Amino acid sequence: MKLAEIAEKLDLTVFSGENNLDKEVTGGYASDLLSDVMGHAKEGQIWVTLQTHKNTMGVASLKDLSAVVLVKGFAPEADTLKLSEIEGIPVLGSDKEAFELCGELYKLLG
Amino acid sequence: MKADLHIHTVLSPCGDIEMTPVAIVKNALDKGLEIIGITDHNSTRQAPIIKKIAARYGLHVLCGAEITTKEEVHVLAFVDGLDKLEALQGFLDQNLVKVPNDPVFFGYQLVVDEDENVLYQEDDLLIGAISVGIDQVAKFVHSLGGVFIPAHIDKKANSLISQLGFVPSDIEADAFELSCICDVVSFFKSNPHLSGRNFISSSDAHFPGDIGKCCSNLDICDFSFASFVEALRHSAVDDFVKN
Repeated sequence: MKLAEIAEKLDLTVFSGENNLDKEVTGGYASDLLSDVMGHAKEGQIWVTLQTHKNTMGVASLKDLSAVVLVKGFAPEADTLKLSEIEGIPVLGSDKEAFELCGELYKLLG
Repeated sequence: MKADLHIHTVLSPCGDIEMTPVAIVKNALDKGLEIIGITDHNSTRQAPIIKKIAARYGLHVLCGAEITTKEEVHVLAFVDGLDKLEALQGFLDQNLVKVPNDPVFFGYQLVVDEDENVLYQEDDLLIGAISVGIDQVAKFVHSLGGVFIPAHIDKKANSLISQLGFVPSDIEADAFELSCICDVVSFFKSNPHLSGRNFISSSDAHFPGDIGKCCSNLDICDFSFASFVEALRHSAVDDFVKN
């Protein structure tokens, strides 16, 4: 499923990377430990987290993730947004908690 | 000067009940330490009492805290003088996510005087996180003229690397701390970009017997906060000492 369709169906805020929403999402990964995401997330996945630090962009780029979704209404830090544009990895957001958002994502992608 | 810059007290819930000011000073002297850092979780309140006792024995004390950032990264912060320490404490009080401590589960959080009397208990659980991100914590500590050191970055939990995946190249750290159990050779094999940065080794002691288990031999002749800051600029793994 395309990122744009997920963003629309789950009513996600698009913080950055509006021009990269035609990416294909292959699955999802949820974790707030960046070392864990580096070790276990797979290419094309959408990453659900509450971490807003700019290192999220480094990890997402390294693992070729399709996008990052911040939960609970968190907004990315300014330098995270800047890196998001450079790396071409959209940062999206939801007011929902991780459990709920992951459930909805799983239904959509499963 | 042999410096162990990461020591917990009875104020940290995980700190042993024996980690009283008097016991910490005695053990530090027995281990031949000349500088100690008092770094309770998200609180500075035990440090000045220890500094006062230690001064009688010529043991230098750096007052600070081990702060848990929003990302749950542990970082050491030290400032110079009681006014700055008060400002650091105010920052922690304002930003700590407040949850009441359950002493039976987490351990007691006590402030103890030089005669081993309990002055008071800290009610808010200190091992939680503050609501401020790591870069902003670094900025705040530096705005006080203080020192900012990401703690035990080699560890698999609550370290800069475990929480944020890797060390951001622009992080404003005065040094990085490695734990006593760190295999330095393999650490630098995995993190080659960190060679040339400044490193200290400290015990993260929660029990009296662990004080000074490992430490750093800092290049300081005449101790002052300024000479400590200057020495950190040269601190390296060659200065690590194991006891």
